[in-house]
Amino acid sequence: MAVKVRVPTPLRRFTAGVDEVTADGDSIKAVLDDLDRRHPGMRERLLDDNGELRRFVNVYLNGDDIRFLNQLSSKVKDGDDISIVPAIAGGR
Amino acid sequence: MSYVTNLKCRECGQEYPISPLHVCETCFGPLEVGYDYAKIRAAISRAIIERRPHNLWRYRELLPVEGEPQIGPYSGFTPLLKAERLGAELGIKKLYIKDDTVNHPTLSYKDRVVSVAISKAREFGFTTVSCASTGNLATAVAAHAARAGLNCVIFMPEGVETGKVVGSTIYGARVITIRGNYDDVNRLCSEIADKYGWAFVNINLRPYYTEGAKTFGFEVAEQLGWRTPDHIVVPTAGGTILPKVAKGFKEFKEVGLLRESEFKIHCAQAAGSAPVIHALHKGTDLITPVKPDTIAKSIAIGNPADGYYVLKAVRESGGWGDVATDPEIIDAIKLLAATEGIFAEPAGGTTLAVTIKLIAQKRIKPDESVVVSITGNGYKTVEAVAQSIEQPFIIEARLREFDALYERLGGTRRALAGAA
Repeated sequence: MAVKVRVPTPLRRFTAGVDEVTADGDSIKAVLDDLDRRHPGMRERLLDDNGELRRFVNVYLNGDDIRFLNQLSSKVKDGDDISIVPAIAGGR
Repeated sequence: MSYVTNLKCRECGQEYPISPLHVCETCFGPLEVGYDYAKIRAAISRAIIERRPHNLWRYRELLPVEGEPQIGPYSGFTPLLKAERLGAELGIKKLYIKDDTVNHPTLSYKDRVVSVAISKAREFGFTTVSCASTGNLATAVAAHAARAGLNCVIFMPEGVETGKVVGSTIYGARVITIRGNYDDVNRLCSEIADKYGWAFVNINLRPYYTEGAKTFGFEVAEQLGWRTPDHIVVPTAGGTILPKVAKGFKEFKEVGLLRESEFKIHCAQAAGSAPVIHALHKGTDLITPVKPDTIAKSIAIGNPADGYYVLKAVRESGGWGDVATDPEIIDAIKLLAATEGIFAEPAGGTTLAVTIKLIAQKRIKPDESVVVSITGNGYKTVEAVAQSIEQPFIIEARLREFDALYERLGGTRRALAGAA
């Protein structure tokens, strides 16, 4: 399953400055694992020691917050869009 | 000259230079402005502040701008009213309303945060400013940008009140409405800020923007005679203002303007958008986002960026919080208007309704001082209450028609006035 992943500025040092990369996997978790294989160091930035998403990281699958889906186990299909977005933003 | 030292990650402590950055590259934590408090302590006093003009820049040493402030010369220093009639109604002797319904120029607390953010946008050399907004922020950014001569692009969710859409466009801002809720707008804007490099006041200028919210707390403390209230009730949407009010009280003590800084800070959310209150009541740190559904559109944020820090500030102070349903919000708006002559938007109704609950729960006691934070103006959100108030009586311009109405409404002057 090849998916597109949008990479926010704080993570682009792992992707040589590229803002959109491809990765493989049938779930969000698998995609993040694959991202880390292709761009070593990324997983540590996104997941805490227990393998959970860090507090200030939001992940969207085709525009939906994965916390409204099945969290990291959310299923991913070929051609899906994934966005990694820092949680710190906003205020009315 | 400024007393700012750097940007610092609130989570891991990593430091960054003063720049349009808002997220820590290591842990994604929020960046916060650091100050040299020892130097500020030596430079300011109550007397110095009291001699300055009545605007938010009277606390400039504790705000992150360089040079003489140019933006928002009339913003801030809104009234702190002793609410005698409302207090009598609720059985509270020392009840105060901090009234940002009359903030200049756009009638909400957002004029504070935007004054700081636009100052910073100019310092950094941006020519276009932008924001993701449920309305109040939009009007503030549009107005302050106009006066500063900057271009302005506003992003809003669909369904925002007409007053807030018109009240942004009128200043020459371009308004883009997104099919979705605020959280969808916010996510899109995070990506746009990243890609286009515009100054989004509440995204890449967020560390500076949020500092402006401290002035709400600074003013409360000064206006109470340089002391903190026993209780302050603050509405929560994205979670900007509540932690910053608490921070403001603490900073005042840190720099020697207050001897004590003892207060309980309480959080108010609309029942239809209450992820922070859910976590508070469950006793967890983990905030589960919700899909908002409330008439309080200005606080309809289901995925609050700073919700975690709201929980922290409330718990550290020994405060609490609760929710208000739509009917409770409307009743509270009407009560505030009828007793104190202040017309609040639904966020203000939420805050008063929650204050009433905290009094009923005996968390706020009759002899303690309470500040109710009213952060936005009801004239921008008339839709919210238009159907819940008495409709006007229509008569011809003939005395006998009025005579008939007078009889119909009870036949005494008192009965007629009681309709209000």
